[in-house]
Amino acid sequence: MSSPSPKSPELSEKDKKYDRQIRLWGEHGQRLLETANVCLINASALGSEILKGVVLPGIGGFTIVDGRIVTEEDVGSDFFLDTQSIGQSKAKCCKELLQELNPDVRGDYVDESVESLLESRPDFFTTFKIVVATSLSEKTLIALSKLLWERQVPFFYCRSLGMFGSIRLQIKEHRIVESHPDSRQSDLRLENPFPTLKQHLDATNLTPKVPWLVVLYKYLQKWIEKHNGKFPRTYQDKEELRIMIREGMTADEENYEEAIRAVNSSFGGGKPPTALQNIFDDKSCNELNKNCNPFWIIVRAVRDFIQSENNGYLPLAGVLPDMTADTESYINLQNVYRQQAMQDADNIFRRTQQLLRSLGLEEDLIQEEDVHLFCREVSGLAVFRGTKISDEYEKSYKSVHIAQELRSPGSLIEHYVALRAFERFQTELGHTPGECNVETDTAKLKSVASKILSEWGIAETLSDDLVHEICRFGGAEIHSVSAFVGGCAAHEIIKIITEQYKPVNNTFIYNAITSESACFKL
Amino acid sequence: MEVNNSSVEHLPQLSKRFGHLRKITERPGPFCHANFSASPENLEFLSTTCKILIIGAGGLGCELLKDVALMGFNDIHVIDMDTIELSNLNRQFLFRKNDIGFSKAERAAAFINARVPTCHVTPHFCKIQDYGEEFYRQFHIIICGLDSVVARRWINGMVLSLVKYDDDGSIEQESVIPIIDGGTEGFKGNARIIIPGLSACIDCTLDLFPPQVTYPLCTLANTPRLPEHCIEYVRVIQWEKENPFKAPLDGDDPQHILWIYEKSLERASQFNISGLSYRLVQGVIKHIIPAVASTNAVIAAACATEAFKVATNCYEFLNNYMVFNDGDGIYTYTYAAERKPDCLACSNIPRSVSIEDPNTTTLEDLIKQLCEDQEFQMKSPGLTTLIDGKSKTLYMSTVKSIEERTKCNLTCSLGELGLKDGQEIMVADPTTPNTIIIKLKYNTNEVEMK
Repeated sequence: MSSPSPKSPELSEKDKKYDRQIRLWGEHGQRLLETANVCLINASALGSEILKGVVLPGIGGFTIVDGRIVTEEDVGSDFFLDTQSIGQSKAKCCKELLQELNPDVRGDYVDESVESLLESRPDFFTTFKIVVATSLSEKTLIALSKLLWERQVPFFYCRSLGMFGSIRLQIKEHRIVESHPDSRQSDLRLENPFPTLKQHLDATNLTPKVPWLVVLYKYLQKWIEKHNGKFPRTYQDKEELRIMIREGMTADEENYEEAIRAVNSSFGGGKPPTALQNIFDDKSCNELNKNCNPFWIIVRAVRDFIQSENNGYLPLAGVLPDMTADTESYINLQNVYRQQAMQDADNIFRRTQQLLRSLGLEEDLIQEEDVHLFCREVSGLAVFRGTKISDEYEKSYKSVHIAQELRSPGSLIEHYVALRAFERFQTELGHTPGECNVETDTAKLKSVASKILSEWGIAETLSDDLVHEICRFGGAEIHSVSAFVGGCAAHEIIKIITEQYKPVNNTFIYNAITSESACFKL
Repeated sequence: MEVNNSSVEHLPQLSKRFGHLRKITERPGPFCHANFSASPENLEFLSTTCKILIIGAGGLGCELLKDVALMGFNDIHVIDMDTIELSNLNRQFLFRKNDIGFSKAERAAAFINARVPTCHVTPHFCKIQDYGEEFYRQFHIIICGLDSVVARRWINGMVLSLVKYDDDGSIEQESVIPIIDGGTEGFKGNARIIIPGLSACIDCTLDLFPPQVTYPLCTLANTPRLPEHCIEYVRVIQWEKENPFKAPLDGDDPQHILWIYEKSLERASQFNISGLSYRLVQGVIKHIIPAVASTNAVIAAACATEAFKVATNCYEFLNNYMVFNDGDGIYTYTYAAERKPDCLACSNIPRSVSIEDPNTTTLEDLIKQLCEDQEFQMKSPGLTTLIDGKSKTLYMSTVKSIEERTKCNLTCSLGELGLKDGQEIMVADPTTPNTIIIKLKYNTNEVEMK
């Protein structure tokens, strides 16, 4: 019986507390989260729920900006206000009850309206990693959108109105190395084996104990020989290959069976997918400069490597799926892949160092481990270029997409228009639609909506029922709707901060009446 | 948590506090359910009459309690057998570090009662199986925030057993308790409504739960290739053999995990397998499912919205299943899961079990089939049947004396046990509070065609 070693590999207290999420975004993702600070403009049930979703996983800090006083109604929908809060500063009370959730997080508040802060200290908002806002007036939304776009601060605008909600992400450019696709195709290079792989496979004898990859390789060679150097492409080609393998079986060897099953999914990897090719063709990749993000320098190094050295093939990811085999032959094969992957990554790392030098930048701007991660994830790289929210408020707004969507029945784009009409109503009539009188406001809201649509050159109108329903809400904020939208928005914030997983592009609409949602690119 | 007595004096009126909800409950609207009538009585029903049960006070449960409390529900019960752990705190937001070791149900209830003075949460620090029909019958709605398939199936079976039928075979509406069920894993989740006896139940859609990953024993013993193979070898073989702590393996005991970690590491290096980490060892041993605050918030919110619809009739509720995934963008999809006509739990049709040859199929084979078959997924079935009009226990593992008396049957063939083609067998299993009837169907008469 062995006694535990004195140097325990056990996780630290913090690692234990965040264990369940570190399994999703890793320790590097967690570190990014812990150093980020986010600003919430306007506390509300929705605002609190958004912050709760980033405070619990341990964001570095948050600041709430709100100049209002807590009312009894606020307490009824926002869990992070209590009866004692009534009559006090909303920003302060909310901050206190949210900070109480997690002692690792710094909380702060500014008891001032966003409007006055925008006027007196606009730079205040640009000190944050991300700004998120709820219940803004049109004028403030436009001003904030312009400021944050200009200063390249990612911005979320979220709405919760009655049974409807929305999230709009404004970000100039966002780069994702780890997009965590649900299914990953293995890049095995069977059709074009790199020299060490070819050597290894040629030197390995077919036995029932070798991985299926060896079986498939050997029969692929036979097939190619039979077809004068052609590769199996069509279903019939592949079927013929499968039959050849089956005929080669003597007993029911597991590795042969696995090889037959793998015929369909094992070829064709290694070339840049379209999305990646677009990234290589991007201006930022072609015109590197001193101020560019290191991401683009690595992209450029990868592209140069692929074009000038690797016959158009990607750097090898070096990940081998599990295959029935004896330990030695599997591990040996795995090592062939891993070593080549390492070599490709080292090559690319050297290229990044050259690029950094030629740009006159510090060499430690890009670490070896960054490049290795990059190469492992290369087929899933993503670049997201957003649009400015304030553009949606321009008279000349190009709304072809909206017009098209409006024509398809049941499209949730109608709810976007309805939420916009709600805000325009507030601007023009100075009160919330349906606050007191549903009937008269419904008629007015209808004409506001028609005006917006005709400004966009759209002939379609909103359904009377939807306009009526918006007025029926009378500006109500329903807690469970805010909790749904808030949870979604919190995770979108985490995606931006950790630079992992693809964010919403760029508008999310939720209808809790039908439990449906949709995303639109506005 | 302390409740400040002075706060009671300025306790706001329900009407003012729930001004937001009242817009929905007191105004008619174009999208409302046909049976909805706008009236203050809706909110009054929620606060004075409606009784709701939350099963689980974990990731979903904490969110659910908050959500239903702020959606106007007043009489809330919560049941959970677990105590609070450090790794809960990244999402189970009603708990703090000094709550570790205490009952989740009790701490969660105390927190909500202090924060939302209009509602009253009653905690139950016990297993769901500790209560019977009398307990479950008192609720109007049950919401499940569970991570266990067995517990879900059990409560599903319990609520199904509460459904009463008229003489003409139609369901008595008052006996139907809707179940709203939420589930999450990482960035994926689902929310669904089950109207027992009317819509698809948990067992109708058993195939939605993927079977647990298992590795063949020969791989673990002879040809390990992955770090997981090494960990499983140590757990399954070495622990049994060496029994280092003279106790069964406890995934929550750091000493135990450490022992497994060190032995797995030894084995991995012996086979040149890389990538074994302490976190991986924990994950494999405890079957850890990644979890994050946001997904739990979203799914719980969807469940609470549906509970509100059911209780107030304000809108038609979900029909009947919503899938959520925010790993890539934000995606939801709703569809109507269908009832299975011969569902084990919600139909009265005995399920046939196909037996190749009763002379070679042993009772153990049959039990294995009930556990491994995707359609049954049982845990430790106990089997009884009638032979010559007399009840006979074939096998039962849960009662030690019966287990000892019946284990000799395990190696007997079905033929030897006197079981005939078409024989009905009553099965008891932890996945249901009810007895399931299966019917043996022998295939021996089929002649193989060449």
